[in-house]
Amino acid sequence: MTTSTSSGRRGIRLGYRANLVGISALGVILLWVVVALFAPHMIPHSVGEIVDTDYFGPVSRDLWLGSDYLGRDIFSRILMGARYTLGISLAAVSIACFSGVALGMTAAVAGGWLDTMLSRFLDALNSIPSKLFGLVVVAAVGSSIPALIATLSVIYTPGAYRFARALAVNVNTMDFMVVARIRGEKLPYLIASEILPNILGPVLADLGLRFVFVVLLLSGLSFLGLGVQPPYADWGALVRENIGGLPFAAPAVLFPSLAIASLTISVNLLIDNLPRRIRDRSPE
Amino acid sequence: MTGNLVEIRNLRVEATTDSGRRLEIIKGVSLDIAEGEIVALIGESGSGKTTIALTLMGYTRQGCKITGGEVRVGGVDMVGLSETERAGIRGTTVAYVPQSAAAAFNPAITIMDQVVEVAQIHKLMPAAQARAKAISLFRALSLPEPEAIGDRYPHQVSGGQLQRLAAAMALIGQPKIVIFDEPTTALDVTTQVEVLRAFKTVTRQHNIAGIYVSHDLAVVAQIADRIVVLKDGEIRETGTTSEILEHARHPYTQELLAAFRPKAQERVPEIETTANLPLLMVDQLTVGYGSRLRNGEPLVSAVQSVSLRLDRGRNLGVIGESGCGKSTLARAIAGILPAHAGGITFNGRELGKAGRSRTRNELRQIQIVFQHADTALNPAKSVEDILGRPLTFYHGTRGKARDARISELLDLVRLPKSVRQRRPGELSGGQKQRVNFARALAAEPTLILCDEITSALDTVVAAAVIELLKELQRELGLSYIFISHDLSVVEAICDEIIVMYRGQKVEEITPVRSKVPEHPYTRLLFSSVPKLDPTWLDGLQQDPEQVRTYCHH
Repeated sequence: MTTSTSSGRRGIRLGYRANLVGISALGVILLWVVVALFAPHMIPHSVGEIVDTDYFGPVSRDLWLGSDYLGRDIFSRILMGARYTLGISLAAVSIACFSGVALGMTAAVAGGWLDTMLSRFLDALNSIPSKLFGLVVVAAVGSSIPALIATLSVIYTPGAYRFARALAVNVNTMDFMVVARIRGEKLPYLIASEILPNILGPVLADLGLRFVFVVLLLSGLSFLGLGVQPPYADWGALVRENIGGLPFAAPAVLFPSLAIASLTISVNLLIDNLPRRIRDRSPE
Repeated sequence: MTGNLVEIRNLRVEATTDSGRRLEIIKGVSLDIAEGEIVALIGESGSGKTTIALTLMGYTRQGCKITGGEVRVGGVDMVGLSETERAGIRGTTVAYVPQSAAAAFNPAITIMDQVVEVAQIHKLMPAAQARAKAISLFRALSLPEPEAIGDRYPHQVSGGQLQRLAAAMALIGQPKIVIFDEPTTALDVTTQVEVLRAFKTVTRQHNIAGIYVSHDLAVVAQIADRIVVLKDGEIRETGTTSEILEHARHPYTQELLAAFRPKAQERVPEIETTANLPLLMVDQLTVGYGSRLRNGEPLVSAVQSVSLRLDRGRNLGVIGESGCGKSTLARAIAGILPAHAGGITFNGRELGKAGRSRTRNELRQIQIVFQHADTALNPAKSVEDILGRPLTFYHGTRGKARDARISELLDLVRLPKSVRQRRPGELSGGQKQRVNFARALAAEPTLILCDEITSALDTVVAAAVIELLKELQRELGLSYIFISHDLSVVEAICDEIIVMYRGQKVEEITPVRSKVPEHPYTRLLFSSVPKLDPTWLDGLQQDPEQVRTYCHH
């Protein structure tokens, strides 16, 4: 109890209260960001180099996390994979959520035919199976990182749109929206200044969830050979290509999975535990 | 062992805030209720009246805890009991009638099934007997069609009926004491009379004790034997109803009483020159909702051919029960809901019907203040941002000038500077309504439409807000259109009053003349306003024919 009170007091001085879970989650995410940025300087072995004579090798002094199905160093591959997983997924999820939320709020505020057209169009997009859509796009324009990011964003925009629109429709019926409208405010002000602050919490939570989906879809595409091209691999691809090591309890399957878990769980924990502004400001 | 049914001794309740600070909200309250006695707890919001009433069931709201004292109901201390033991007592010894019956009923289950549920949970009587008892209670509460009303769903009955049905639900377990938590606050005056009368008859018949939570002294005077005045979690004064009403000792009680005394209009009537252009002319305005029919009429018309005229610096009141179209009229004038037919002339210029067809300056001059400050203020923005926006938007004020003007506005509505950084959720009801009003003032309007702005407030706070409006009018030369179902509010501030009934203007009166209204509905409305006299309800004679015609229960 004493620790929580003392951290509470410290929080009051800053005006915000962050809890331990949120801070540790942020720590894990920052760690991965640093890894992603400096991976080329950190890896002990080249990504494509076969360094072990055995495949699915155990943890050893030279190969910290064992070797993969071809005898390549898993530790180096995970460090490099962080770039793709983090970079592509974050970029895709940011684009998807930004456009989805912006369109959703616009549709809710504008209403009428714009709302109907946007909703039906994005519903139609939503009805296309995501893997199939990815296959078609990659088959058409070839696999490249920008193409991957664009495809993933397009796939996840309708969901974000639906979610934001549902929230914004509720806010839109409040009296303060009527007041702002009758003041003569235009659409950009209405969505950015009146609606967004009220739906930000759930939208961020949705972003965290969607991020996990993107990581999973990206690994799925990589498995089909449509994602990141060998010898490079994102974490999902690492799990897929080493899945044969599962009966041998190979570290090559275990550690990429742990990497995915640590990142996705941290993102969600951070969003659920964002620092909260303390409303009760009176002195004790 | 004294003979009292309820004995509260030195009760203390604490709440924990989000920074971990503990706040004592009930500071040592002692209270007795004898069998069959009705005790009223009266005080402003936040005074702890509901918190005390809820402790009779051993219940505190989330984040609160009973930290001391005892609450004995029929000799059993509710504080010391386990949750299971309390559950056995709730509904059978102590029952609860909530403020909003509409929120307390499950919309998906018929009323009868919900009313007899208490008897089933406690296995008090066989189902058939419970139904028979419920029907007899419906009859005692003078509900229409007592045999059939139980088969309806909650949305199929009116608010006043639902409130009485909630009472039937509370009474079916034959409790010794019933907690009435502001049960008539949300009702129209004409409906309130019916509900109060039903409560009074039933509690008297069954010799049930009651604790009646309210902020309306006039309502309480009709039903309570004793009144307990609360402020800041402490008892300020206790006495029988007539003692409190006639010989109030505590200054706070006197303030409460003073808020009820009609205040004479101190305005000197201005010399009217016929050449003066009226500020606002509304001509044969018809407003409706829904899609247009083939003849061009809206599907549901809420306001039908209403005309009115308002001179500069004068005030107009619009009264009527809920659903009579008074708010719709205000919305049409403000341009929120485009009128279907008729004309609005402001300052000699014809206004566009929809807000978007008006110029920014026209929008600025007519401001509307809504009833619920909770929803009218964006909960995610600080008071500073809320007041600053109209300044920047209409007047282009920025930076230091804007800061200074915000301070001025806060001064105008008597709010401390410390609220600047706060969000609406961190303000009290009265403070929120002041911010709501200050935002309208920020536009520097000539006409302010006040839509029931005091009905969500306590009597004392409402009186203060009305005083403030009068002062601002003197200082800034504003005109108000005051929409309310509360006659005393309208009489206190308006030069002219329009009575609306079912979308039509039925009468136009001036407060001087308001003692002798002509239209039967106006008469019914005026006679339904509770008076501070405890014998008022029993002596009230209303023509049953009129009540049937005008109260659509």
